[in-house]
Amino acid sequence: MTAMAEPEVGRARVRKEDERLITGRTRWTDNITLPGMVHMALLRSPTAHARITAMDTSAAKEMPGVIAVYTGDDLDPGGEVGMPNAWPITPDQKTPRRPMLAQGTVNFAGEAVAAVIARSAAEAEDALAEIDVDYEDLPVVLGLDNAVADGAPLVHEDMGTNKSAEWIFDSSQAGSGGDVQQAISSSDVVVTRRFRQQRLVPAFMEPRSVVVDPTAPQLTMWSATQVPHILKTMVAMTLGLPEHHVRVIAPDVGGGFGGKLAVTPEECAAVVVAQKLGKPVKWTESRSETMVSAHHGRDQMQDITISASRDGTITGLKVDLLADMGAYLGIVGGGVPVLGAFMFNAIYKIPAYRFSCTTVFTNTTLTDAYRGAGRPEATFAIERIMDELAAELGMDPMQLREKNWIAHDEFPYTTVSTLTYDSGNYEAATAKAMQLFDYDGLRREQAERRDRGDRVQLGIGISTFTEMCGLAPSRVLGSLDYGAGGWEHAAIRMLPTGKVEVVTGASPHGQGHETAWSQIVADQLGVGFDDIEILHGDTQSSHKGLDTYGSRSLTVGGIAVVKAAEKVIAKARKVAAHLMEASEDDLEFADGKFTVRGTDTSTAIQDIALAVFAAHDLPDGVEPTLDSEAVFDPENFSFPHGTHLCATEVDTETGQVRLRSYVCVDDIGKVINPLIVEGQMHGGLAQGIAQALYEEAVYDEFGTLTSGTFADYLVPSAMDLPSFTTDRTETAATSNPLGVKGVGEAGTIASTPAVVNAVVDAVRHRGVNDIEMPLSPMRVWRAVHKGDTAAGGPGAEAGGGLGSIDSAHGGAQ
Amino acid sequence: MRITVTVDGTSYTDDVEPRTLLVHHLREKLGKTGTVVGCDTSNCGACTVHLNGQSVKSCSVLAVQADEGEVTTVEGLARDGQLHPVQQAFRDNHALQCGFCTPGMIMQSIDLLADNPNPDEEAVREGLEGNLCRCTGYQNIVRAVRDAAGHMRPGAGPEAEQVAGGERTTTGVGGDA
Repeated sequence: MTAMAEPEVGRARVRKEDERLITGRTRWTDNITLPGMVHMALLRSPTAHARITAMDTSAAKEMPGVIAVYTGDDLDPGGEVGMPNAWPITPDQKTPRRPMLAQGTVNFAGEAVAAVIARSAAEAEDALAEIDVDYEDLPVVLGLDNAVADGAPLVHEDMGTNKSAEWIFDSSQAGSGGDVQQAISSSDVVVTRRFRQQRLVPAFMEPRSVVVDPTAPQLTMWSATQVPHILKTMVAMTLGLPEHHVRVIAPDVGGGFGGKLAVTPEECAAVVVAQKLGKPVKWTESRSETMVSAHHGRDQMQDITISASRDGTITGLKVDLLADMGAYLGIVGGGVPVLGAFMFNAIYKIPAYRFSCTTVFTNTTLTDAYRGAGRPEATFAIERIMDELAAELGMDPMQLREKNWIAHDEFPYTTVSTLTYDSGNYEAATAKAMQLFDYDGLRREQAERRDRGDRVQLGIGISTFTEMCGLAPSRVLGSLDYGAGGWEHAAIRMLPTGKVEVVTGASPHGQGHETAWSQIVADQLGVGFDDIEILHGDTQSSHKGLDTYGSRSLTVGGIAVVKAAEKVIAKARKVAAHLMEASEDDLEFADGKFTVRGTDTSTAIQDIALAVFAAHDLPDGVEPTLDSEAVFDPENFSFPHGTHLCATEVDTETGQVRLRSYVCVDDIGKVINPLIVEGQMHGGLAQGIAQALYEEAVYDEFGTLTSGTFADYLVPSAMDLPSFTTDRTETAATSNPLGVKGVGEAGTIASTPAVVNAVVDAVRHRGVNDIEMPLSPMRVWRAVHKGDTAAGGPGAEAGGGLGSIDSAHGGAQ
Repeated sequence: MRITVTVDGTSYTDDVEPRTLLVHHLREKLGKTGTVVGCDTSNCGACTVHLNGQSVKSCSVLAVQADEGEVTTVEGLARDGQLHPVQQAFRDNHALQCGFCTPGMIMQSIDLLADNPNPDEEAVREGLEGNLCRCTGYQNIVRAVRDAAGHMRPGAGPEAEQVAGGERTTTGVGGDA
């Protein structure tokens, strides 16, 4: 036997993707130009709620370079086209039609009302100013409590309510636990809190862009999207196009974070306009446009009650949510809080649980998936209230968690919200994190600073989290009324020269699938890492897929690749046996070679690929191809977990928060590429920390987004973040053959409560038990000196910067 | 207006509207799409290039201001198939994910290394404050810049950054490539 080649899986391979990205040889959608291409610009409503009483486009049509100007009625005379909502969370969910361009009324500032088509982008922009729209103001509905109050004005008058749906889970009805009201009323200790999940902007770096070429029988659409396959099907359904006449390409896509999990009015309008004109059309948005028109994330009000016995054993958990959908439902908007429903119980053994959620319309930009989607909200609430419960009990917050979490020998464990966690070891991750963090040392320093009344107080924040990843088992999604399955597709093409093309239905936009999938296939087939090409994001080559979101690419799509490889080997085995005149049962496959057991006779898979291509000498009945495809539908979600510890220094005189250290130990199962995993952790932490400390989409009382530029919306810079200490423990997932769990959202989900817990811990002795996010110096100072926990709220803190700079795009007037 | 700009070693003469931004001239007229637009308030730095040896946000420069000037973009860094040390370091240290901020991040990093050939972590973070990245959390970018510093000859980089009034390099780009 020759020595086994070093496995690719587990190696810190530098990425295949990088070479073109570091040299500027990129294919962003906005780079594409086509012969005869024209440009679309959109006029957006500057007002949040109004009736459009008149619109005059005649002057705009006379502007230089202008080819056409369209209103909503021009694009859709029947008023029938609405953007898809794929997740009606209840049978009676109210789903208002979201047109391509507003028809009759505008329902948020930034909603598009007219489209100008011109020979250049600049000429299209110029002409926007010449469109005259008369708006008759309607009452603006802002804020969750206001929207659900009796007699509140309505966003959609014809619906008769601002409530879209109410979704409830009750463990006593599900048979998975007891009655929560009974638990609460009979417990020693009850803690209730109201937490606000502020509104966030996904802030992918590449603004959205779409190019539509209608000049061939099969229309081609390039889009900066996370979901080319979903987009193809949904555009066909939404616009009534034959699906086989639509090709969608997601070329290089510059980040998404859920923000490009959408089927947008802009994409659909570009298709309709391109078909009307018979010319290729491009639309690329400005950043100001992104801020008001691409969907936002989070925005929930969480009322949470936890009960426990005096020794710290949790007895019940009750959650009532209001979730702000904005003016319409996005593709999975209503489903985001429902995903959180399964995660409030987190890693804890909770005997009784009730969750209710009401999805609510307001006159704001719609909300939908943003990194973590539902799970960060749930994790924040449970991890925050665990600290509050610990304070109430006078227990160390880590001891309280230990007392209630699922022990490593209790897996698989079915939770009160009916998920079965297959694996995990919370003790191991916590022990490692505590040691790296020097938990005891920092607690000592905290006590010293308190004793001497130091102006800078130290706080320690804990987040012991889990998440459900790998969306998802199709039958579970079906039971939640989701509009599609959760499988993923892969295909492997064995080329005559022994090179390999791998087709994946996952659609990377920064994650590094080309590298990771190559590593997986290199091990499976025993071919060289550099001999593998990954094809993705073009529905013509990658014809089947459900794309990338919900930490699903590896745990679902990566497994489909493994299954396809297994089929290749099974096909090759028959041919190898024939060529070597041996029995299939006598063949061993390793390192890319079939060897007749006990001999040195072998044949490489590349040789078999060539023999199959020639097809001169194949066994009877064997198809002349090794190419194989597979669709994988997991039986269960995967459940990464980890322990995140944060130390903050809080200046009690200024309210300034400094992150002193951040340690996380995550268990994401087996790792394909540690370099990529580390990068995902860092970026995830940055976004979660940004929610805790910096970011908020703020509306003024008129419904204008005042944090509508990067001058006002505080995406953290390198100066705003520390270096993180990241490490791992590893328990293999039992739900898939690679043992992988997913890592894309972990850092974001875990980190927000760790930071807030740390700040509250630093100033708890000053009577503070909550501070609303983001924890700006002003809010921290007010909490310490005035006792305010909720210094925020709509319009409370308009940035004082630029606002959205362009009123033509829905910005401040 | 007619302007002549040398971009990545090639001279281009074009008629441009006075209002045209340098970044739009590069992308739309010259096909230099390696440089990208990430915002409209000059906060993100994705469009950073070197103009006469100094880093500029090309969304904040009019094309006419670059007349008779020399521009280097991320596309002009590699020489004879050899990556610039900063490009190499970004790759080696996984300092990019989606890669959209990367052209600007690399151009700004070269600029800051010219100013300070051996920056500590704090200096790198400060030097990159005007460039936003949403993917990496910056940790690996900081690592890459410090790694690149170790691979560049002392003082490599645009000379304009080093000594006031000093003679600028012909390429506007340093490195030992």
